[in-house]
Amino acid sequence: MQLLFERSHPGRGMEYLPPCDTPPAVFDADMLRAQPPRLPELSEVDLDRHYTELSKQTHGVNDGFYPLGSCTMKYNPRVNEALAALPGFSELHPLQPAETAQGALEVLFRTEKLLCEITGMTGMTMQPAAGAHGEYTGLLLIRSYHKSRGDTARTKILVPDSAHGTNPASAAMAGFTVVSVPSNAQGGVDLDALKAAVGPDTAGLMLTNPNTLGLFDPNILEITRIVHEAGGLCYYDGANLNAVMGHARPGDMGFDCVHLNLHKTFSPPHGGGGPGSGPVGCKAFLEQFLPGPRVKYEDNRYSFFTPEHSLGRVRGFYGNFAVVVRALAYLLTLGRQGIPEAAENAVLNANYLMHKLAGHYDMACCENGCMHEFVMDLSRLKEETGVTAMDVAKRLLDFGIHPPTMYFPLIVHEALMVEPTETESVETLDHAADLFLQIWQEAHEQPDLVHGAPHTTPIGRPDEVTAARKPVVRYAFES
Amino acid sequence: MASYVPSARAERQAMLETLGLSSMADLYRAVPPEARVETLNLPDGKSEMEVVEDLTEMAGKNRIFHSVFRGAGAYRHYIPAVVKAITAKEQFVTSYTPYQAEISQGILQSIFEYQTQICELTGMDVANASVYDGATAAAEAVFMCQDRRRTGVLAASTANPQVLEVMRTYCESRGVPFTLLPAKGYALDQDALAGLLTGSTACVFVQSPNYYGVLEDIQPVADAVHAAGAKLIVSANPISLGLLKTPGEYGADIAVGEGQPLGLSLNFGGPYLGFMACKQPMMRKLPGRIVGQTTDNRGNRCFVLTLQAREQHIRREKASSNICSNEALCAMTASVYLAAMGPEGLRRAAESSASHAHYLAQRLSELPGFALKTDRPFFHEFLTECPIDPELFCRKLEEKGILPGLPVEGGILWCCTELNRKPQIEELITAIQEVLHDAAAV
Amino acid sequence: MNVPETLKYTKSHEWLKEEADGSYTMGLTDYAQKQLGDIVFVNLPMEGDPATAGEALADVESVKAVADVFSPVTGTVAAVNEDLMDEPQQINQAPYEAWIAKISDVTDTEELLTAAEYADFCEKAKG
Repeated sequence: MQLLFERSHPGRGMEYLPPCDTPPAVFDADMLRAQPPRLPELSEVDLDRHYTELSKQTHGVNDGFYPLGSCTMKYNPRVNEALAALPGFSELHPLQPAETAQGALEVLFRTEKLLCEITGMTGMTMQPAAGAHGEYTGLLLIRSYHKSRGDTARTKILVPDSAHGTNPASAAMAGFTVVSVPSNAQGGVDLDALKAAVGPDTAGLMLTNPNTLGLFDPNILEITRIVHEAGGLCYYDGANLNAVMGHARPGDMGFDCVHLNLHKTFSPPHGGGGPGSGPVGCKAFLEQFLPGPRVKYEDNRYSFFTPEHSLGRVRGFYGNFAVVVRALAYLLTLGRQGIPEAAENAVLNANYLMHKLAGHYDMACCENGCMHEFVMDLSRLKEETGVTAMDVAKRLLDFGIHPPTMYFPLIVHEALMVEPTETESVETLDHAADLFLQIWQEAHEQPDLVHGAPHTTPIGRPDEVTAARKPVVRYAFES
Repeated sequence: MASYVPSARAERQAMLETLGLSSMADLYRAVPPEARVETLNLPDGKSEMEVVEDLTEMAGKNRIFHSVFRGAGAYRHYIPAVVKAITAKEQFVTSYTPYQAEISQGILQSIFEYQTQICELTGMDVANASVYDGATAAAEAVFMCQDRRRTGVLAASTANPQVLEVMRTYCESRGVPFTLLPAKGYALDQDALAGLLTGSTACVFVQSPNYYGVLEDIQPVADAVHAAGAKLIVSANPISLGLLKTPGEYGADIAVGEGQPLGLSLNFGGPYLGFMACKQPMMRKLPGRIVGQTTDNRGNRCFVLTLQAREQHIRREKASSNICSNEALCAMTASVYLAAMGPEGLRRAAESSASHAHYLAQRLSELPGFALKTDRPFFHEFLTECPIDPELFCRKLEEKGILPGLPVEGGILWCCTELNRKPQIEELITAIQEVLHDAAAV
Repeated sequence: MNVPETLKYTKSHEWLKEEADGSYTMGLTDYAQKQLGDIVFVNLPMEGDPATAGEALADVESVKAVADVFSPVTGTVAAVNEDLMDEPQQINQAPYEAWIAKISDVTDTEELLTAAEYADFCEKAKG
């Protein structure tokens, strides 16, 4: 496929702007750039067709089953897009006076209240722009809390070894030292290891529950109690909230603060890697440290305020507002009945698909059922046939299925992490199960077919080694 | 009420039976009873029609002004229809981060094209796939400059205050010394800079055009910073780079900025786009996603996420940043915008914005009490005095359907883009005369 | 697996060679490069950096992993192999020629293995 720059022809292009109708502003010559930027010059039809062609080489949620573990690739309702595009939202300047933006403040306020109820928290900021950004903000809350008490010895954050890489990276960015806590044989937190790890230097624990193996930790109350008794706080990574919303709340599990991934759990689309939104909620004693501005409602009007001991801004303005609008539309649509219904069907779909595959594929620690996702361990298949988790993933591409998350969590070798979500029908799950079983058979009978996959995609397997050794990260213009 | 769950009740029951379960509650047997919740205090679910009514009512409570003279970090520009149409394609909207290159060439190629355009705009060698916004881009850039010997950050106090606040939050959390450089006449105080640069200074951050619209005199800053062995980070308005000297030409090591003016709607502050680019020697310090070109096993050119060993999912606590996502759809929006505008169109957007602003400045200076606060060169924003209470002044103009400049310490910060054409400027001047007249009459 | 007799080894898979001038040259073993797969980048220390026995001195990146390279000795980095910046694959191709750093003023060493002991150690690691 040609690049925009290769489609460019000098002199082509539309006039989208009228000529300037005021005298030209004059700048000294040494303030001007020497050469214009080499932007492409394209007719509109060439431009439009370029992207239509690119869209055909992109797999979206509507192109087929997307069981990408830990990413919650649920259907993105169309109405949410339409509502976020209302000019009353999209054309609103962020520095308009609050009196002229009451509807926008209402969106932020109502979303906060609904999400607080779902998580068991009392206050929330919408400022973080993504999950990792939320983790960082939540850890700064913990830092601010200990600092406010003069407790400067608490420098360590405990992170299970099954955690997402963002957890330790966020803790390091927030100025903490990371202590890795091993998992037990069931993939949960090893209580003895946790007890040995906590102490007067413990600032807090970061935990995903259900964890990255797709299991709800049955010791969760004991875990949060151990951390609290040692003087630490408990941080809930909301990446997997879709499994339990409406059934169990992080606040009731003993967590003090939480981040949510609105783009996973509450249906805004992922946009090929963003924009997302990662609100951070907390219990009352931490609210004084939240980033400002927050929204309050008094005397029938909404206004902004910044908490007295705010940890400061983590982003400009109020976060990814248009993503919050979509999440609010989803929350209002589902409501009291729909929120738990979505969660239980996500769990049902995952268990159903796992059940269909369990006769052939090994599962990592899921004897008693999983939550919204499960992890397959393909070590035995690799030993028997030489076919790896990567090969199976690539073969799925030939059938129009987006592969599961590969090689994560790190504690399972040859891992494939499968998250069907609640928005898939039983036929889709049956079909996917048939394909997984077909590939299992191919691995035994025609392993080269699987090693060589994919066969039907726009490109074959890319040479990632050369890409990393000799990085070419921009187009090389001829002149 | 709808939950977008496709399976019918009977189908769900059959699936439960396949699993040997009798009810949905059985799926949650691992959850201890104390952690369970029976019913949430949420409103009943609603039909789509009711939700549309609700949200449309909320949108209706927001006032959209036909004439906007306010910027200060968020800029209203003309967005060609083709930009919105292309970026609304469902594959681009609904796909995930392009981990599976074989079915993600669309997103990957678009990011490669975006990276190239950002390099061209800024005069730098390498760009990443974007970060959350201009403020976090500035904060991440500071972390790129940290090494064992040099940690200190000097940031021009003339930069956008929200950007400075985010930088301060990030620096404090990592124990990075953060110092504001004083201003003189709404520009960076060059003499003060010379006194503050030391052997432990890691980097200096300057924004140009700065918060007050003033074009900073960057060359002497660059020379002083480099003579001291530190790195220079320049934040720029991307529209201005259609016309004005690039961070690369000034010798900046890193260029960052808020990419919102490149075809993104105001959206009450987000989603926006943080762009980041640097010179070749700093490439491996860039945070976030980077797309690279390679070949597939059939010999075709293709694109992949590359240099991934820098990132958090591999380096974990040793990664220099925790960033995972980028703002891919916003980056694509900027890329389509730049491709649609082309070099000529971008130059016209820059020239018209600047020319309108200079015309407005002149017209305001003809009114009593609206003198410019500085005679330094500016791009499309400038600060004037305000002869009456600024809050009252703004409210009166808002009543006339005009969103005027932003009241800031020292006066009113005005902004023009190509949308603020001469008739709109004259309308504003007339409205201001009326406001002044009414105020004098009280 | 290639384990030259003339070198010493660490349990973290570095090789060490004592030079005539009393300094030491070190790199990654054949076993290590096979485990890592295609090496795409080497983060080298700087000349003059202190090196501490048993602590990370450099790291090597493959496409999907990064591994620390530990210093077998305590001393000062006297030289680094800058050829690896452009051609990290030399470690894959000739691990005992693709040295990473030379360390001088050595005051302490890690527990070092002979070639036979190291070969035995790797066999056991493979299980």
